[in-house]
Amino acid sequence: MYRYVIKRLLMLIPVIIGISFLVYFVIDLAPGDIISQIAPEDATVEEIQELREEYGFNKPILIRYGEYMAGMIKGDLGTSYIAGEPVFESYMKRLPNTLMLAFASIFVSVVISIPLGILSAVHQGTWKDNITMVIALLGLSMPNFWLGLLLIILFSLKLGLLPSGGYGTFAHIILPAITVGTGLTAMLTRTTRSSMLDVIRQDYLRTARSKGVPEKRVINKHALKNALIPIITVVGTQLASCLGGAIITETVFSWPGVGRLILDSVNSRDIPMVTGCIIMKTITISIILLCVDLLYAVVDPRIKAQYAGKGGKSHGR
Amino acid sequence: MADETMLVSKKYKRRSQAAEIWRRMRKNKGAMLGLVLVILIVLIAIFSGIFLDYETDVIGQNISQRLQHPSLAHPMGTDDVGRDVMSRLLYGSRYSLSVGVVAVIIALVFGVTLGSVAGFFGGKLEEVIMRASDMLAAVPSILMAIAIVSALGQSTLNLMLAVGITSVPQFVRITRAAVMTVRNQEYIEASRSIGLNEFKIIWSHVLPNCLSPIIVQTTLRVASAIISASSLSFLGLGVPSPDPEWGSMLSAGRKFIRGYSYLTLFPGLAIMITVLSLNLLGDGLRDALDPKLKK
Repeated sequence: MYRYVIKRLLMLIPVIIGISFLVYFVIDLAPGDIISQIAPEDATVEEIQELREEYGFNKPILIRYGEYMAGMIKGDLGTSYIAGEPVFESYMKRLPNTLMLAFASIFVSVVISIPLGILSAVHQGTWKDNITMVIALLGLSMPNFWLGLLLIILFSLKLGLLPSGGYGTFAHIILPAITVGTGLTAMLTRTTRSSMLDVIRQDYLRTARSKGVPEKRVINKHALKNALIPIITVVGTQLASCLGGAIITETVFSWPGVGRLILDSVNSRDIPMVTGCIIMKTITISIILLCVDLLYAVVDPRIKAQYAGKGGKSHGR
Repeated sequence: MADETMLVSKKYKRRSQAAEIWRRMRKNKGAMLGLVLVILIVLIAIFSGIFLDYETDVIGQNISQRLQHPSLAHPMGTDDVGRDVMSRLLYGSRYSLSVGVVAVIIALVFGVTLGSVAGFFGGKLEEVIMRASDMLAAVPSILMAIAIVSALGQSTLNLMLAVGITSVPQFVRITRAAVMTVRNQEYIEASRSIGLNEFKIIWSHVLPNCLSPIIVQTTLRVASAIISASSLSFLGLGVPSPDPEWGSMLSAGRKFIRGYSYLTLFPGLAIMITVLSLNLLGDGLRDALDPKLKK
């Protein structure tokens, strides 16, 4: 099992190199560079040239990228062109906000979808099932930013109950969390339903019922526990993607998270900031996904046995 | 002569299979609703170009009529420069649909080619393709699209390209998985033994047997491509104004959210109905193409 974890962490290295190169290159390709934004308006050609040299823009991209990566090996993610502070610090400043929003959204999603998914699977084919599935499909089809705006119209402008944006109190997180959470709810409800349906017809459930286990316990313990793997996979992937920062929702609600930081940095061509944030993000996402894979072993003893046997084989999808 | 009989029997087989799928589709109310709505939206996209004049109805400004609430003359109201929101929405279907469809075609071409090569040949080639695709998938698609659009410049074509490129990994995955289930079948060995070259085998024997997941994925991807494209337009990186793409209409209406909420309501509704019908159709197709999956 340790070998497996180490192997997975080592696999991160080529991924980080690939992603950082991709991002560095694509952003560098964009017309107009940072100098035009840093330079004072009345800068002479010579001054601009000096600035370009100071920031290393006179060197070819491969060399600049090489220098950036050399710094990264030493643990230095570079310094933001615009803010002038280390990328790592800026990222860490925003991370708690993103974490808060991510966990709140996942909470909204889990609390709604798992009961709904179970309900829908248990009453398969009835009106309860149909209504749940229609709601799930609606949630899936609704653009995130639109839902956010609708919530603002209803709860902030018409009812005046909640703030329409910003950050600080508990009230500020409710609308963004519902916005992100609803998008996730759709997917998770569908997964819970289909995974429960897989389990619900198994023989061991019939056995449990026939030996007199109450129906509630059959569903909540025997069925749900066996249906958990796909559910965990989806929750894990969703958590990972939320930790990357919900760019759109953060924009709608002016939530100061990582997503906005990256979006603003892309717009201002702050290459070290974008590349650094994306590297941090990749690392966070990979670690979450690794934890999800390890969770399988906790949930399912059969998988645990496999880890012990082979010492390293991926089980996720 | 022998060829002819083969052709006839092949045709017969195909038709009967299509009929079987159609029969299953028809029983699924959601899928039929989706199909009808998709056809309707496509018709709107086609006919809005005939009945609405781009210069006057769609982008022509009329300040005296600005910001009028929905009424009989303007069922969905007018925007901040007096353009009729309904005309713009109807005409906007052309942008949203074409961006979604073209983006997915781009993703389809690259994704299916790479995926089938990876799945069929395996080995080092597969390893390289899959790792590259994982890498692309690791960058969140909206961010990658933003980076691509800001690198290439803001235009409708670049929007299609950006959304298309970010959808490639899903197609690579799905195609590879499907190809892998087919590649060891006996009929593949048979076609190899009669000396067909590998690419011909992939094209005429492997891919036709992998179609159902690809078709389903295509329908669902058009839906998510429409959402991605409108999100980018919402961020100001999509279809440039004054063209009436739904996402950019929403983004423009957002400034008037106080008091003129209909400006954000209707474009979003249009996106949602389109995406919902594509999702319904995609789900229905999945159930009809592979009854085993239906639960």
